[in-house]
Amino acid sequence: MNWDAWLPLLVVASSLLPGLIIFFLREGSHRLRTWLNLAGAGLKLLLVGILIWGVFHEHVYETRWTLAPGLDLVLHADTLSVLFVTLSTVLWLVTTIYAIGYLENSPHRSRFFGFFSLCVSATVGLALAGNLFTFVIFYELLTLATYPLVAHRGTPEAVRGARIYLAYTLGGGMLLLIGTVWLHVLAGPTAFVEGGVLGRLPAEYHPQLQAIFVLLILGLGVKAALVPLHGWLPRAMVAPAPVSALLHAVAVVKAGAFGIVRVVYDVYGVNFTDQLGLLTGLGIAAAITIVYGSLQALQQDNLKKRLAWSTVSQVSYIALGTAILGPVGTVGGIVHLVHQGVMKITLFFTAGNYAETLGIHRVSEMNGVGRRMPATTLAFSIAALGMIGVPPVAGFVSKWYLGLGALEAGMAAWVIPVLLTSSALNAAYFLPILYRAWFREPGSSWPAEHIPAARLETSAALLWPPLVTATLALAAGLFAAAPYSPLEWATLIAHREYGL
Amino acid sequence: MLDGARIARLALDLGAQPGGALLQASRDLARGLARRLGCAGALAALLLPRLATAVAVGTALATSASAAALLHAVATQGALHYELGGWSAGLGIALRADGLSALLLMMTALVVLAASIYASAYFKAPAERSRFWPLWLLLWTALNALLLSGDLFNLYVTLELLGLSAVALAALGGKRAAVAAALRYLLVGLLGSMMFLAGVSLIYAGYGTLDMAQLAHMATAGPTAWTALTLMTTGLLLKTALFPLHFWLPPAHASAPAPVSAVLSALVVKAAFYLVLRLWLDVFAGVVTPAAANLLGALGAAAVLWGSWQALQAERLKLLAAYSTVAQLGYLFMFFPLLQALPAGAARDLAAGGLVMLALTHGFAKAGLFLAIGIIQQRSGHDSIRQLDGTAQRLPATTFAIALAGVALVGLPPSGAFLGKWQLLAGAVATGQWIWVIVTAIGSLLAMAYIFRIIGHAFGHQSYPNLPVTIAREEWPALLLVAVAVLGLGLAGAPVWQLLEVRV
Repeated sequence: MNWDAWLPLLVVASSLLPGLIIFFLREGSHRLRTWLNLAGAGLKLLLVGILIWGVFHEHVYETRWTLAPGLDLVLHADTLSVLFVTLSTVLWLVTTIYAIGYLENSPHRSRFFGFFSLCVSATVGLALAGNLFTFVIFYELLTLATYPLVAHRGTPEAVRGARIYLAYTLGGGMLLLIGTVWLHVLAGPTAFVEGGVLGRLPAEYHPQLQAIFVLLILGLGVKAALVPLHGWLPRAMVAPAPVSALLHAVAVVKAGAFGIVRVVYDVYGVNFTDQLGLLTGLGIAAAITIVYGSLQALQQDNLKKRLAWSTVSQVSYIALGTAILGPVGTVGGIVHLVHQGVMKITLFFTAGNYAETLGIHRVSEMNGVGRRMPATTLAFSIAALGMIGVPPVAGFVSKWYLGLGALEAGMAAWVIPVLLTSSALNAAYFLPILYRAWFREPGSSWPAEHIPAARLETSAALLWPPLVTATLALAAGLFAAAPYSPLEWATLIAHREYGL
Repeated sequence: MLDGARIARLALDLGAQPGGALLQASRDLARGLARRLGCAGALAALLLPRLATAVAVGTALATSASAAALLHAVATQGALHYELGGWSAGLGIALRADGLSALLLMMTALVVLAASIYASAYFKAPAERSRFWPLWLLLWTALNALLLSGDLFNLYVTLELLGLSAVALAALGGKRAAVAAALRYLLVGLLGSMMFLAGVSLIYAGYGTLDMAQLAHMATAGPTAWTALTLMTTGLLLKTALFPLHFWLPPAHASAPAPVSAVLSALVVKAAFYLVLRLWLDVFAGVVTPAAANLLGALGAAAVLWGSWQALQAERLKLLAAYSTVAQLGYLFMFFPLLQALPAGAARDLAAGGLVMLALTHGFAKAGLFLAIGIIQQRSGHDSIRQLDGTAQRLPATTFAIALAGVALVGLPPSGAFLGKWQLLAGAVATGQWIWVIVTAIGSLLAMAYIFRIIGHAFGHQSYPNLPVTIAREEWPALLLVAVAVLGLGLAGAPVWQLLEVRV
């Protein structure tokens, strides 16, 4: 057995197989299901560890399987894919623990965890995709695997939210597919190569390449929730909290953002994209989304909705970083892929805790919640401060590099104001929550207290995951210069991308 | 409806035909066997009504095994050719098997096998069983014979036999609507066969042979060839239900018993399509004009849009599935203008492979979908889409089968249809025919809409009216068929392209 050719496949299979087995488990086999989930997540973590080490030392891991003549399914590990795979794997493990606690005693858990595992497998496959064709396959699979999770509760609202989600994402998938086929006809199989591959094509193809780029970005922009393709995201809020957490932090929106990064850096090449005059358009779309999402978030009283609009805004920092020419901006965009994931998952975990423990769904109900649930609120506060960009939390690092990159690229005139406006808006919608939670007097009773206060403020499976992710968010900022930190890895990616 | 004596005579007629094949060299064996066993089974099922089910399922297993042997023989030894009774082509009857017919034969075998296992649980009354099984195996015999015939008259006979047995099966439901739909099906089928026969006689008058391989060398553009091809094609389009000749299909497929609907939608319409493909791509390849190919493509595009739209409007699951068949056949016809425009070579072979891949995936997926719908209909007593709420909770395996079939019908990865549609899009982009890209995109979006209309209702959380125990014999065949469509063909479908290179 050739280990290097199997490792990427094993990384995908380590969540796929448990997922498939879980579908066939009885509803009551709680222990076996938990055990399978955790074993899969643990094994995946181990395999990813090997992958990180190997890729750092320039090992080549590639699984290749021919689906049709000229169309290969390729799983290939490079620096960028390893970053996303690691993020997905770590957050999947944490989210699984959270979901086990969250869904305790609710119906259809086998179906839920089955699709949950499929969802992560699709995300990891997408991260490891070695060419655009493979990427499209996993991109669509991700849509299919998340639909049942959004519709899970089966209420008319959930089914409607899921339908809208599907209409947007499959419509976007169609555009992505057409763009990919077109590119395939024009340039043959487009493997992801650092620095891009299309720059070599003759100049008469350039108008077609521009049209293809627009198709691809529109298709990816749906999942990345670029305005005006973002409509599904606030409505998908009806999903259970662990699903929202995974959707917003890792799986769906990140798949779109990751795709944009791939297309710009590894298909077109960032210099060639700039040469085609496409980078500015992407940057403007990202800037509009950043400001618009924040403005919408400001108006929401529903906590999950406010977080959802905040996602719309925050994910576009990644696209913005991509649009900034030069290694520093690239680092800022790519590192935010990780930082936003860790911070946003913390926010959704804590929002889920408020709802599950005290029945709090609205910001206006959060008065004094910091006294009843100090640990949860602490985690929430760290992540919220990080989102605003307060040092030393991870979000500060992203914004710092984005701003520095814009200065270097001579785009400071419009990027810096966007960053400042956005940070001010972030503060405007997060700080009042923190004020309410810590400094206001609590009301006479909570909306619906499901879990009484005991030694712990809520059940352990709900409490630990946000604490862990909040610590990660803090650590990613504090130890940004340590080896193997997200920032260091993003720098490595940028160096290889620009051939430094 | 056909009476017993008539069936027996037909079965005997056909049984006598390939008799000599069995005694030939081993490489002919599998091919003869595939037809022969079907006949023998039909006969046995007729003579031994009590054992009909056992005999039929046994026959199905044996025939599937011989279809697999045939596929293997074609893959390893190349195309097979056999002259029945030793009479040379032109006078006698030629049987042949190339990559295309072997693939379709294999699909037929697997679909019929799964549907047979399903039917063994679906039909409960002995009277129903004794009527169903002989007709069922007769239909299969006709399908196999059609796929293996290399001669136009023989094709006419098999086409007629196929049509008659299909009509009889469609009427088995016994309700007024079913009989009325079957009667219309019968008339349309007969009209189609007549037109086909008229074309065949013109060919014989013009060229003095009916052997397709010989005709391929002789046919030249001219009034005879054009008229004959037009007549034959129109007859076949009627049978394959290409828009606007599809009017008979939805009622006939929607009112038949579930296993019959499965086979009608997955296989019977595709048999007529297979003949169109043979005539246009092999026999009359030099006669076909770009305008004619564009016309077929345009009709296909109209079928995609109209069929999908009607499926979206359908109130009943079976009607939805039937209209979806109309749409899916449309995709197949959209390949014709591409194949016409692409020069012979790798790109054209890829497109042709995509066409076959799409046809195969649809066969498996649609059969599985009809079987799954049959389970819902039997458990709840209706197939109204509005009243599906809670099915996902009550019948998870069936809902999953419907969802997977949906993945294949929409053409999402990892189904074989994704690879097929990829080739359709690639061919259209390469030849600059953007109109087919747009139609494919709209058709796929409509397909998503109608499939997820079902799934959305199935996820609704109202409780199901009753709490029935599901039968493995019904759910597994449906699941396995859609799994072949989605995983089998999608992930391990590359050999399809290789097999298609095996030509007569």
